[in-house]
Amino acid sequence: MSEWIEVGHIEDIPRLSARVVRAEAVDVAVFRTARDEIFALRDRCPHKSGPLSQGIVHGSRVTCPLHNLVLELTDGRVAPPDEGCTETYPVKTEDGKIWVLLPRN
Amino acid sequence: MKSKLVLVGNGMAGVRVLEELLKIAPDMYEITVFGSEPYGNYNRILLSSLLAGEKTVDDIMLNGDRWYAENGIRLYKGREVAEIDRRNRRVVSADGTAAEYDRLILATGSVPIVLSVPGKELKGVVTFRDIRDVNAMREYAGKGKRAVVIGGGLLGLEAAHGLMQLGMHVTVIHLMNTLMERQLDPVAGGILKESLEKRGMKFLMATATEAFVGEDQLQGVCLKDGPEILADLAVMAVGIRPNIDLARKAHIHCERGVVVNDTLQTYDGRVYAVGECVQHRGQVYGLVAPLFAQAKVCANHLAELGYARYEGSVVSAKLKVTGIELFSAGDFSGDKAAEEITMMDRTRGVYKKIVLEDNRVRGIVLYGDTVDGSWYYQLLQDGTDVGNIRGRLMFGQSHLGDSGHGGKNAAAAMSDGAEVCGCNGVRKGDIVKAIVSKGLFTLDDVRAHTKASASCGSCTGLVEQILAFTLGGEYSETAKVKPLCKCIGHTHGEVRHAVKKHRLTSIRSALDYLECRTPDGCHVCRPALNYYIISTWPGEAMDDPQSRFVNERIHANIQKDGSFSVAPRIWGGVAKPDELRAIADAAEKYRVPMVKFTGGQRLGLFGVRKEDLPRVWGDLNKAGLISGYAYGKALRTVKTCVGTEWCRFGVQDSTSLGIKLEKLTWGSWMPHKFKMAVSGCPRNCAEATIKDFGVVAVESGWELRVGGNGGVKIRPTDLLCKVTTEQEVIEHCCAFIQLYREEAHYLERTSTWIERMGLAYVKIWTVEDPGNRRELARRFRESQRFAQKDPWAECAADPEKSREFVPIKQLNRAGYSHV
Ligand code: SRM
Ligand SMILES: Cc1cc2nc3c(=O)[nH]c(=O)nc-3n(C[C@H](O)[C@H](O)[C@H](O)COP(=O)(O)OP(=O)(O)OC[C@H]3O[C@@H](n4cnc5c(N)ncnc54)[C@H](O)[C@@H]3O)c2cc1C
Ligand code: SF4
Ligand code: FES
Repeated sequence: MSEWIEVGHIEDIPRLSARVVRAEAVDVAVFRTARDEIFALRDRCPHKSGPLSQGIVHGSRVTCPLHNLVLELTDGRVAPPDEGCTETYPVKTEDGKIWVLLPRN
Repeated sequence: MKSKLVLVGNGMAGVRVLEELLKIAPDMYEITVFGSEPYGNYNRILLSSLLAGEKTVDDIMLNGDRWYAENGIRLYKGREVAEIDRRNRRVVSADGTAAEYDRLILATGSVPIVLSVPGKELKGVVTFRDIRDVNAMREYAGKGKRAVVIGGGLLGLEAAHGLMQLGMHVTVIHLMNTLMERQLDPVAGGILKESLEKRGMKFLMATATEAFVGEDQLQGVCLKDGPEILADLAVMAVGIRPNIDLARKAHIHCERGVVVNDTLQTYDGRVYAVGECVQHRGQVYGLVAPLFAQAKVCANHLAELGYARYEGSVVSAKLKVTGIELFSAGDFSGDKAAEEITMMDRTRGVYKKIVLEDNRVRGIVLYGDTVDGSWYYQLLQDGTDVGNIRGRLMFGQSHLGDSGHGGKNAAAAMSDGAEVCGCNGVRKGDIVKAIVSKGLFTLDDVRAHTKASASCGSCTGLVEQILAFTLGGEYSETAKVKPLCKCIGHTHGEVRHAVKKHRLTSIRSALDYLECRTPDGCHVCRPALNYYIISTWPGEAMDDPQSRFVNERIHANIQKDGSFSVAPRIWGGVAKPDELRAIADAAEKYRVPMVKFTGGQRLGLFGVRKEDLPRVWGDLNKAGLISGYAYGKALRTVKTCVGTEWCRFGVQDSTSLGIKLEKLTWGSWMPHKFKMAVSGCPRNCAEATIKDFGVVAVESGWELRVGGNGGVKIRPTDLLCKVTTEQEVIEHCCAFIQLYREEAHYLERTSTWIERMGLAYVKIWTVEDPGNRRELARRFRESQRFAQKDPWAECAADPEKSREFVPIKQLNRAGYSHV
């Protein structure tokens, strides 16, 4: 089951960075790119669970702070030649407010 | 519509261009390939293994039909291009197949030279260039039969070796007095001959072939002024000649080869040429490493990136004959200006010769023990001044205090299960498997696919050796001038220069100026750019937090579980009771799981939660503790000992000098972390001899030491100079740091930087000319005016700044509807 939740305003997240939403089941990293696209990913790297929210954001990708795996923000996939994937959550913005479809237990 | 690209020649160089091009501009061209051979793209280097029966045609295939299909490339196998119609931009093959082009690549390779002597068309007389030749050789070869190989060069000896493996009696006929005279000096050539003779190979030196005799099938070979020798098979390996017939016919300017410029363009700008058919700056190459370098540049221009240049290569050679270790590179003939260092141990079969000119390595010949080949080759390519290691040069890199993992023999002797890369847990077997199954050629490829040596890099040497060992001679050394990252095609040096010359003061302007290929760089280039910008323009540039690794962005070190560690500055390792109390209080109040004395004379709080960081800092700040830069690319710690203050041996006050140095230099961003130490006497309890800048007190003053490293690859410091006063220590320290800040590459410790530049260089700037030194020290102090900010205090004062530390939203975990 999931529910659309308003998590904050786009201006709360500096460009090229992320903030964390402590959701019911998981921590979710909400990213803002240089072009103001917003993405929500589980804040957990498929490699060794690094917090993706702390990584460097570039293009529509983030580099995990622990061992530099690069993940696509669009689909949560790890860029080749590495492998792996983390969950992504649908996002919408209205009047600068960010809504994320978050899972519930 | 896509532009049309046609490649003539489906060999090693041409297809490498396509591979490079597909990496950087996969959708730009519609590609057509013509190859006169009826195969996909195969690894010509491994023909000797095919000959010896160690490998099959499938084994040596680099790109089979599937690869062409997957990449949408049209391949015309077995079709030789007969004509280039430059006016209509079309090529036509012998059977009439035509293809139009917007851009054309010529990569027609070489043709083997055929001796113009009678009988050369007999059955059983062959050359050694392609699969067809190998098939022909295998047809006439057989156990107990006789083979003659004409030519005692690299290729001839490999053919001879392959034929011996097949059980043939082999005689090598060579025109010169020594074998492989282009790669070896007479001494090494002599030892090589002896050891091949021991294996049963026969040699006839300094003689020429006059005729091949036989009716229809070869029966013997006639030598000038000599006997006829019986032979069932004769292999001509007397050299190659660039294959330029097609280009000539199309009136493209050729000399020995097709003449190209630094962007691999021929005199017709639409027509590129790469590989053995090419003549670049007067040179023609016959080994793959330079051809691959050409391919990379050519692809860069085809992709219209237009910044790479090919400036020629220095080649090195190895012989792929099992059990024979041989390495040669550069010019070893030796003339008046050159000096030679040689070492000979006949019993062990070891010979080494290094040719020096102006204290720089100019040529290398190694026989029997090639462990240090890649090191010498690196010194040669970099033009490193070896003046101060000259006495130890011959003994190899391991005698320079490098504790790296042994040499080539070590790589060969390792079992497949042995761990090579401790950081990523990669075993030798994984690396070999990736190289073989994925067709990897370079260190970067191996890094990308296996992660071996991608982290700390201490196993780089070993990985390179495994590469060399697995690939044999086809291993191409990592490009010397590496671009900064995949999105920025310029080297560190070029980037730094551009930042300075064009006054680039923001990440955006730098990315734009450097024509970054991605929208906003990546995790490799952004931190580097940020450093170059703020260190070059301290007063003007804006620091970009989003271009910093988390440890620097939030001044705490990320832990494996996502929590952080905090290490307040303990000046010179001396702590006051109230500071200790504040640390203890914070540890209790925020339930910090561990407090540890670090290896750098500090107290670290490990496992602090991110949201607690601002408050932990706030509390520590109140007790006067500052930090930031704790794990940054910046000054770490200044280790001191108790010195004259307490110690019965102390000759100077090391503790207070250490504190002064730390107060002066903290907060300065540097290319990498920077550690210092001050010891009160030569007993050196502060371990100053493995620091980036180490000071050791002596009766008459201070010894200043630089470039030490106690980490992955231990390196003791070099002595910079001796001074008498504290003031001088401080000035030298500032000057040294500033030189390092201005000139080292980002992420280069002082140890590697000094090895790259040479100690002499550092001395010229910081010791020999007091004017230079004062000016550097002045620039350092100037930059410190903008740098020494306590980020903790800033954060405590400005709630906006602590926003990043707390979740944007904390949901009630019992259910969202209730928040
Ligand atoms: C805390 C400490 C170990 C300890 O328990 O004592 C430590 C911990 C780390 N070291 Fe270290 N090093 C510590 C002293 C050292 C020393 C000894 C010294 O400084 O006297 C060395 C060898 C000396 C040297 O650097 O030349 C050392 C050589 C390294 C290296 C290898 C550097 C090299 O150039 O080879 C790394 C890896 C790197 O920097 O890329 C490293 C990296 C690290 C990192 C930062 C790894 C990371 O990126 O997360 C560790 C952070 C732990 C954490 O989560 O907080 N640490 N590390 C020491 C902190 C000292 C301090 O107060 O600043
Ligand atoms: C036995 C052997 C061992 C070697 N060992 C080593 C080694 O250990 N290390 C090393 O660095 N190098 C080695 N080399 C050299 C290396 O193989 C060559 O330098 C490299 O293959 C040259 O690449 P190229 O693309 O320029 O030419 P090639 O690989 O020869 O490719 C040219 C291709 O173009 C085709 N062609 C020519 N004209 C036309 C036309 N008009 N139309 C269509 N197709 C055409 C040819 O048939 C050929 O397939 C070795 C070579 C041989 C033969
Ligand atoms: S603290 Fe240093 S030595 Fe210890 S595990 Fe971390 S990086 Fe390795
Ligand atoms: S945890 Fe993300 S790269 Fe290792």
